[in-house]
Amino acid sequence: MGNHDRVASADGQDQVAVGNAAAPPLDDTPALLRFRSDAPDDGPLSPLADFLADGNAAAVRLDPADDARSLIPHLGRLRLIEVAFPKFRDGRGYSAARMLREAGFTGEIRAAGDVLVDQIGFMRRVGFDSFAPAKPLDLSVVKLTLERYPYVYQKAADGLQPVWALRHG
Amino acid sequence: MYRYDQYDQAIVDARVAEFKEQVGRRLRNEITEDEFKPLRLMNGLYLQLHAYMLRVAVPYGTLSGVQMRMLAHIARKYDRDYGHFTTRQNIQYNWIKLEQFSDLLDDLSKVEMHAFQTSGNCIRNISSDQFAGAAADELADPRPYAELLRQWSTLHPEFSFLPRKFKIAVIASETDRAAIQLHDIGLQLRKDESGALGFRVYVGGGMGRTPIIGQVVREFIPVGQFMSYSEAILRVYNRYGRRDNIYKARIKILVNELGIVEFTRQVEAEWALLEPLGLDAPKAEYDRIIAQFAEPTYDLAAPDTLDLSDPDFAAWVSQNVHAHKQPGYAIATISLKPKAGIPGDASSAQMDVIADLAKKYAQDEIRVTHSQNLVLAHVRKADLYAVWQALDAADLATPNLDLVTDIIVCPGMDYCTLANARSIPIAQKIAAKFENDIEQQRDLGELKIKVSGCINGCGHHHAGHIGILGVDKKGEEAYQLLLGGSGAEDASLAKILGPGFDAEGIVGAVDKLIAFYRSARTNPSERFLDTYRRLGAAPFKEAVYG
Repeated sequence: MGNHDRVASADGQDQVAVGNAAAPPLDDTPALLRFRSDAPDDGPLSPLADFLADGNAAAVRLDPADDARSLIPHLGRLRLIEVAFPKFRDGRGYSAARMLREAGFTGEIRAAGDVLVDQIGFMRRVGFDSFAPAKPLDLSVVKLTLERYPYVYQKAADGLQPVWALRHG
Repeated sequence: MYRYDQYDQAIVDARVAEFKEQVGRRLRNEITEDEFKPLRLMNGLYLQLHAYMLRVAVPYGTLSGVQMRMLAHIARKYDRDYGHFTTRQNIQYNWIKLEQFSDLLDDLSKVEMHAFQTSGNCIRNISSDQFAGAAADELADPRPYAELLRQWSTLHPEFSFLPRKFKIAVIASETDRAAIQLHDIGLQLRKDESGALGFRVYVGGGMGRTPIIGQVVREFIPVGQFMSYSEAILRVYNRYGRRDNIYKARIKILVNELGIVEFTRQVEAEWALLEPLGLDAPKAEYDRIIAQFAEPTYDLAAPDTLDLSDPDFAAWVSQNVHAHKQPGYAIATISLKPKAGIPGDASSAQMDVIADLAKKYAQDEIRVTHSQNLVLAHVRKADLYAVWQALDAADLATPNLDLVTDIIVCPGMDYCTLANARSIPIAQKIAAKFENDIEQQRDLGELKIKVSGCINGCGHHHAGHIGILGVDKKGEEAYQLLLGGSGAEDASLAKILGPGFDAEGIVGAVDKLIAFYRSARTNPSERFLDTYRRLGAAPFKEAVYG
């Protein structure tokens, strides 16, 4: 657990408090699991092409084949970027989220669609901080999953120090 | 060799606990088989024809005697008393019961072993030169770099749902014993003009349905930056590799469709963004890992001579023993291709013998080769006779390394759900024609026969001097014949010679090829592959179909 404690303060988000942070699944909308303290953006989501054409929305949706980097000139105006996972096997969205964080985006990045509990740990690491799974997740398993790994081997977008940094810190 | 520290062990323990929990959810039907499949594949667990098959990772093919003893224990306790060493330098077990799987993982983790990422669409076990650290022709031991890649690729959050599997090999010699040009990424350690160490980077090689030889994406990346460079290659692949067709999803297809120039441009552009992010481990980490691969303490007084008066021992030395960089020492290859055996199989008792020999005579270290043999890399010449005698008593001293009976073969339809034809019996029938006459085998010289039971090419038929591919022809097993492949530094792809054969026919055709070669070579040192390259396919075709 040691590393998580350190990181919780490093990126201002509390990974450990998953069980508390998440409200129970709602009745008729997909449960939204958020790891942010600000209010969720509930405005309309623009598809990327529409956003790039007129560009006034504060929330945009990326499909797997979309180029996340085309948003870089507009990141200051965006509050929410939703990344679609039509099939959990399609891993392009992981690169999309990490590239957005690498570009300095601090707004909400949401994984939506075929988001499974066994992917959440990877998704948190590449910078997703909210989840709209098509099938509601068991929050106790989510909590278990996110607390699983005491250390990581590589840098990503979550501020965790890789073991090579801990070894030589 | 590399030993886990507290961090490595904690990550492996967590991974084992995670997979046990995932298996539990599957057994309670909380997740579907479709959802479970990628999870079990990322833990090396396949559902085969008859049972679950488990593939255990042997990072860069290096393991200790203690680990080998555990592999024997697992074969004995959970399988049918044997294991099968693979072309990815791993070992697989064919008869695993799911209900025992948890205990098996616990046993493996006791000796710093696991089955992570031996399957699935992720970065697979990193492979390397089986003579690493012992070969006279290497610049440095390549395994510390393979270990850096092992750690970097383990549970990589961005690259665990790639378009398709991804294989990386690392070498440090001009002689390529790891087939790096047939990997998704092949890394060859070299020096630049200033004497600094770096890698030549090949990308987009591979076998399978669409065999392609890798191309150079960069002539030199300094060792201190090769991890971020690898990250850039993987990101370009993850974003743009094809996902619409499983057979076009490997990086080789992307490289070919973009062309190497455009692919290189994209990788360099990505690397320019990634390199400043501090993704590369610091020099202290390189030094820490390199220190764990330090040369053994050699016996400097070890005599550099060998008593070759026993002719059987002399034959084994001449075929299976290679020069070591340290005078007084030798590299011994243990053939897992005995008479009437299954290539790559070893019994529990044999694994125990090898573990004992490693401990007593070989710095407690064993290597797995991609040709499905094993290596004791640091043996005093003075101990070589004792090693040979013990191997011979365990049916492990067949003196056939790189000869006609040293055949690479996939499990084929005897085990595998993907196979269209059996491959093991074909290899056995070909070997049977030669295995009682070692002099004849030695006369034929280096001759690499490789047999795959389907187009996926796990038996590396495209890299065979003689390649054999099993296909399904209207419900019957049939075999295509290919010639001229090489997985070495002179990499080439074997080409189909002519119409296919049935199981009897293919054995006869190989016979005819070899007889023709024997009559056509200019001298005994001209290998089969050399004769083929000199004469072309036509006379070989005439000899077989004529």
